[in-house]
Amino acid sequence: MALLELKNLTRRFGALEAVKDVSLSIEAGEFFTLLGPSGCGKTTILRMIAGFDAPDEGEILLDGVSLAGVPPERRPLHTVFQSYALFPHMTVAGNVAFPLEMMKRPREEIRRRVAEALELVHLSDKAASFPHELSGGQKQRVALARGLVNKPRLLLLDEPLGALDAKLRVEMQSELIALQREVGITFVFVTHSQQEALALSHRIAVMRDGRIEQCDEPDKLYTQPANRFVADFIGKINLIDVEVIAASKLRLNLKAPGLGEIEAVDARPLRPGERGVLALRPELIRVHGHKESADLKNRFAGRIKGLLYLGDVTHYQIELADGRVIAALLPNAAPGRAKFHEVGDPVWICWRHDAGVFLRD
Amino acid sequence: MTNAASPASAHSQSAKRPTLWSAGKAFQAKWLVTLPPTLFLLAFFLAPALIVVGASFREPGEFGGLAPLENLAGLSLEAYRFLLGDVIYLEIFARSFLVAAATTLICIVLAYPLAWLIAKSPAKRRDLLVLLVILPFASNFLVRIYAWIMILGPANLLYTPVAVIVGMVYVHLPFMILPLYTNLEKHDPALLEAAQDLGASAWTRFWRITIPLSLPGLFSGAVLVFIPVLGMFAVPELLGGTGDLLIGNLIKEQFLDNRDWPLGAALSIILTLLVLALAGLAAWAARRGFAGTEAVS
Ligand SMILES: Nc1ncnc2c1ncn2[C@@H]1O[C@H](COP(=O)(O)OP(=O)(O)OP(=O)(O)O)[C@@H](O)[C@H]1O
Ligand SMILES: [Mg+2]
Repeated sequence: MALLELKNLTRRFGALEAVKDVSLSIEAGEFFTLLGPSGCGKTTILRMIAGFDAPDEGEILLDGVSLAGVPPERRPLHTVFQSYALFPHMTVAGNVAFPLEMMKRPREEIRRRVAEALELVHLSDKAASFPHELSGGQKQRVALARGLVNKPRLLLLDEPLGALDAKLRVEMQSELIALQREVGITFVFVTHSQQEALALSHRIAVMRDGRIEQCDEPDKLYTQPANRFVADFIGKINLIDVEVIAASKLRLNLKAPGLGEIEAVDARPLRPGERGVLALRPELIRVHGHKESADLKNRFAGRIKGLLYLGDVTHYQIELADGRVIAALLPNAAPGRAKFHEVGDPVWICWRHDAGVFLRD
Repeated sequence: MTNAASPASAHSQSAKRPTLWSAGKAFQAKWLVTLPPTLFLLAFFLAPALIVVGASFREPGEFGGLAPLENLAGLSLEAYRFLLGDVIYLEIFARSFLVAAATTLICIVLAYPLAWLIAKSPAKRRDLLVLLVILPFASNFLVRIYAWIMILGPANLLYTPVAVIVGMVYVHLPFMILPLYTNLEKHDPALLEAAQDLGASAWTRFWRITIPLSLPGLFSGAVLVFIPVLGMFAVPELLGGTGDLLIGNLIKEQFLDNRDWPLGAALSIILTLLVLALAGLAAWAARRGFAGTEAVS
């Protein structure tokens, strides 16, 4: 049985449906992420799980038991707030001790478990400091220690890294993964950063306007997006409008207006005339200075329109004959060479028939 | 740091470093701005205070005021000796501090729920409620006290210690509500949610989060009530009986009725010193007790 189950959750604010018929089941020990653009209802879902808000329809089950009517203070789960919400008048140790004091644990046990929790987040030397004496990353770690110290069934994290600068963010991401693995507590994590979601999660639910568009493992989301929105939201991608010409189990022939025929594969039974979009990751596109003899059918001539040299990789923008611009990503793997092509160079791009994913409209 | 970045940042640093000239300008500007209030305080606060100190060591004049001073040998500790010699003065001091403490406590108990209610009401209604709190100031103080005479008279409470306390609380309540409200209004609601999320019941949240965070507001309010009550003479005079005189009345009597300025001055000095000592003690205790709360409020 799943640890946490959301069944057909709906939440309305006046005329606005902030959460629409959301169903999810989250397993014990999972690092689960709700990902979506600002205002799509992520916080609203977390608040309903925590008990600060109640669904208009549907229910939330923890270990198979409905949480309806259980106030937040009685739910065996904690929240790490984006603003950290550390108690400013208590020391770091006082903050971390708070949930244990609420459980009326003996003083000796509290002392020991606070010390353990602070050690876990590498803050043992800050036990006597007050929150305003800490850096952003340290506050973040205190909030984590406070949320984890009495071993909740579930930890809800609402954009906990949002207030940190880029470098610290990456550091904290690694720490979060290690921490979650070490304590084995189920994390429900909210973010609008697809990079963060991919890096951290076992599974991700991509949301849009209160609905879940796709719920899958990171690599599945990346390589097999369910629709145009997910494909576009996760990572960089080329979207080419196409129409099905012929479809069989082994081959899918598509036509892109202005470009020509494209070969792909799709196991689904598709009918000629169906419209959709071919989603193609930039790193799956090859770029050559000359027309190679390899027998790739998907091959088009173009010209380098712009490039972004990032050291390890270079992003190219290639303008094709019909004026559309395709993004390609090349690793700068050859020794002694910074980049392969310059702006204005005529090039050929090609991709394998199984590189693109056909998405029905 | 990259090579490209360093010259730029070195430049911006030198631009920020104050030159002698700009430091001089800043210094001048600071003085220009602070000079008028400083002069005002020197002339109308420090000078009178020193005059009172001087007066407390003089002899009273025959028809009030001070006896003329021929030389320094004319200074005396007579006023202080007189005060310390009579236990009645100690009693009045003790009673005054008791009344001030009781008034402060009652004000806290009454003001806290009100301030909390105002802070929790929707932003639009808040201004209206604050206005209601300060509305009594719009009418004359004496008129309002006379109104209490009419209320307390029929209740057979006039000229009793209860009437004094009631009057004191009535006059000073806004001074407790306003700083408390200002403090409570700034509390981050996320802190209460966090406490609830971590298992705290409504009472626990109040005792462990709201109260400690409001200590600076409580402290300001207590100072604004306690000290003025000590010096207040109109309320005991109008509402209290003969046995309810406080230091304020005593001081007023020395200057206006008994024409013993040195005694009045000495009383004022002792009161001031006691209040300063108390305020110092409270500030010291507050600094230890508020750790962290100033960061938010
Ligand atoms: N208490 C409320 N009253 C009215 N509307 C609300 C309330 N809470 C949220 N909403 C609306 O519901 C929608 C979803 O809000 P929510 O806070 O869940 O978004 P989010 O996905 O967390 O966004 P963000 O990434 O910006 O935090 C928004 O349009 C928001 O304006
Ligand atoms: Mg949010």
